[in-house]
Amino acid sequence: MSKCRKLITTTALMGVIGVLPAFADTLGLGRLALPEEIAAWDVAVMPDGRGLPEGAGNVFDGEDLWIDYCAVCHGDFAEGAGVWPPIVGGRGTLTADRPLKTVESYWPYLSTVWDYVNRSMPFGAAQTLETDEVYAITAYILYSAGLVDDDYELTHENFTENRLPNEGGFYFDDRAEVEFPIFTQEPCMSDCGAPVSISARATTLNVTPDFPIIRNLYTEDLIGNGAADAAAEEVIEDASAQPEAEAGEAETQMASLDPELVAAGEAAWRQCRTCHQIGDGARNGTGPQLNDIVGKMAAQVDGFRYSPAFVDAGESGVIWDEATLDAFLENPAGMIPRNRMSFRGVRSADERAALIAYMKSYTN
Amino acid sequence: MTDTPMDAKGKSRGASRRDFLRTAGLAAGGAALGAGAGRAATPDPLITEVQPWASFLGEGVDATPYGMPIHFEDHVVRRNVEWLTADPIASINFTPIHALDGTITPQGCAFERHHSGAIELSKEDYRLMITGLVEKPLIFTFGDLLRMPRIQRTFFCECAANSGMEWGGAQLNAAQFTHGMIHNMEYTGVSLRTLLNEAGVKPEGSWIYVEGADASSNGRSIPMEKALDDCMIAFFANGEALRMEHGYPVRLVVPGWEGNLWVKWLRRIGVHDAPIYSREETSKYTDLMPDGRAREFTWAMHAKSVITSPSPQMPIGHGPGPMVITGLAWSGLGKIARVDVSLDGGVNWQTARLAGEPGDKALTRFYVDHVWDGKPMYLQSRAIDETGYVQPTKEQLRAIRGVNSIYHNNGIQTWYVNESGEAENVEVS
Ligand code: HEC
Ligand code: HEC
Repeated sequence: MSKCRKLITTTALMGVIGVLPAFADTLGLGRLALPEEIAAWDVAVMPDGRGLPEGAGNVFDGEDLWIDYCAVCHGDFAEGAGVWPPIVGGRGTLTADRPLKTVESYWPYLSTVWDYVNRSMPFGAAQTLETDEVYAITAYILYSAGLVDDDYELTHENFTENRLPNEGGFYFDDRAEVEFPIFTQEPCMSDCGAPVSISARATTLNVTPDFPIIRNLYTEDLIGNGAADAAAEEVIEDASAQPEAEAGEAETQMASLDPELVAAGEAAWRQCRTCHQIGDGARNGTGPQLNDIVGKMAAQVDGFRYSPAFVDAGESGVIWDEATLDAFLENPAGMIPRNRMSFRGVRSADERAALIAYMKSYTN
Repeated sequence: MTDTPMDAKGKSRGASRRDFLRTAGLAAGGAALGAGAGRAATPDPLITEVQPWASFLGEGVDATPYGMPIHFEDHVVRRNVEWLTADPIASINFTPIHALDGTITPQGCAFERHHSGAIELSKEDYRLMITGLVEKPLIFTFGDLLRMPRIQRTFFCECAANSGMEWGGAQLNAAQFTHGMIHNMEYTGVSLRTLLNEAGVKPEGSWIYVEGADASSNGRSIPMEKALDDCMIAFFANGEALRMEHGYPVRLVVPGWEGNLWVKWLRRIGVHDAPIYSREETSKYTDLMPDGRAREFTWAMHAKSVITSPSPQMPIGHGPGPMVITGLAWSGLGKIARVDVSLDGGVNWQTARLAGEPGDKALTRFYVDHVWDGKPMYLQSRAIDETGYVQPTKEQLRAIRGVNSIYHNNGIQTWYVNESGEAENVEVS
């Protein structure tokens, strides 16, 4: 922006909202925030209820909202679904080998539930809930946690009467008092104990993703007296890093498909894998299984509970061909507003084409 | 092939020879040895024949307006562990610390942690609001921030969950995955003190609450004392604009404290008289102790170190002889004072050479110039910071915290290196 235009903008701003006078000890930059702006952004809710907007919602409405907006990931009863976090349950497990930390078992304050749901959920469509809806969903979570009855209504007035079971379960960081005295002793430098042996190895668990091993080239390798004769290349891929091709069945269907495109699609599929299964034995998960999806009408996969938006799309005749899939994958929410596929879309047209080819390879 | 002159020399070399090599600079060590040790049967065609790159032309200056590392380095990338989280959008990846040297982490491979994905927010659309217990609630544009006195500092940023998968025992077999939730950058920006002074904090304002513009907002409460001490907002890292994944155009920098506080896409600073108790400081980032209660507000990252090479991804690829053991050390309480390295699993220790002047709450690189005898090693490193805090063993930590606290695992790491030079994540006793 040229100096000239900047000057004009500044003058205009001064006219409208007034640029702050420069105080001796401040720079006088920025401008005063308007009440509407503060209201829009300063939405934090504190444990004592400060920050809560006026409103109300009951368990009954909360259950409907929950089924529509939350159950797909957090389960019908907030117990969690598949890999997604459970919201209730787990009371009494905090000293167990595998503690289950939820709103019910772990969270200290209900204000956090209200605040977090209001700002950040549903995942992929944050800040779309109305104030009363947040009250209703919070009431439903309280109900699912066994803390209120099914006729309960939560309001800004009775909010702080609700206490969560683990409110007293936290204390301020005491590492300085408890640990520093032990961890500031002069360390031993020699003969600090008996010779050691291995007590646990990561390789026995075998949960590390594949990675390349880095090897450099040494003179020893060249003149033949090296430790590792195989180390001729700089980087040797871990043999197990090769993706196993699901050959056999897929091959017969791929006759007319470009195998490179399908392979690229398989690589890109990792974005979809958390929610969709495809191929032999694929089952519905967070999203429907996607065998035979190309050529099919939207929202027709057996046994999957679609959002109302998706059901409408199916009824209005959306058929998944290359064009519609391409549009959907580019911008899921743009093509079918308020659908439940919390996925921001695939920006690259090539990648979308590859994904479609990949899905085709599982279509008869 | 044991009859090589190199092996014989490598094993028989005495201390004086080693000292000579050390002062002569170990970079030249291989060459010096080779001259006396190995003899090639045939000349190396890479030397005797004219190579294409010595004859034809390379790329012009117009080929790459903004460069990526040469493709030979394609494997030096962030990686993630799929099973860690439900979804890659609310997840984390890891810095390839095993393949880097020096202390500055290039932005392009510095780990990312998002709760609602990395968002695209332009400088034009950026607004920063200061509200709450202030004399004047204010709004700044990005341009306004550029007009404020600017400062420059280098700090590490470590996720509180770094090494969190190792509480129950050795689990992930790579330094990138056990210790890669860390990066170290030189930040340019404005101190939080300057910003808060613009708005004028009221006397009862004892906490700030910082939140981002993304769907998670990732709000966190920070005591005013820390806010006014060394916190800053940054818009440049390592000399260029922040990357999208690190909060472009503006992120918060909270030196020495857990990465979750370093709010990205910072959009609001609220001044309060108490903490908010947001989801990220209750459900997450609290440390469950064996008695079922949990520590809250465990902000500081305590002294920690790790050997980055050799490590599982970086085995010793050569036989016995000179080699470099290197790693990183850091402390959220100040500067690193010393790093000790053990080759035998903690029985005997030697003090490592620090590569540069240690910075306050910044990564420090250390080296041990070692002559390997080809025998197995249990490599460990132990950081000691200027407060006298000594990095504890994992057992010491577990004795106090149990195995379910997820965060703040700064225990000593062991890599077992076998006779072939392959390294493995183990625990020893
Ligand atoms: C598309 C899947 C999805 C949907 C739909 C969804 N969530 Fe979530 N929810 C998540 C994920 C993923 C997280 C964890 C996010 C993170 O770790 O940052 C989460 C976290 C939460 C948490 C915090 C859990 C904890 O232990 O910290 C609450 C509470 C929550 N969601 C409530 C809701 C409510 C209420 C709705 C409906 C309005 C909803 N969610 C809809 C995926 C979803
Ligand atoms: C976060 C979970 C999630 C991710 C990631 C995801 N999807 Fe979906 N997908 C869904 C859900 C849920 C639906 C059903 C939406 C509804 O009912 O509103 C869906 C629907 C679909 C449909 C329509 C199915 C039908 O029967 O009409 C297709 C096609 C599809 N997804 C493809 C993909 C592809 C390709 C990817 C990866 C690029 C992907 N999805 C990533 C959750 C996901």
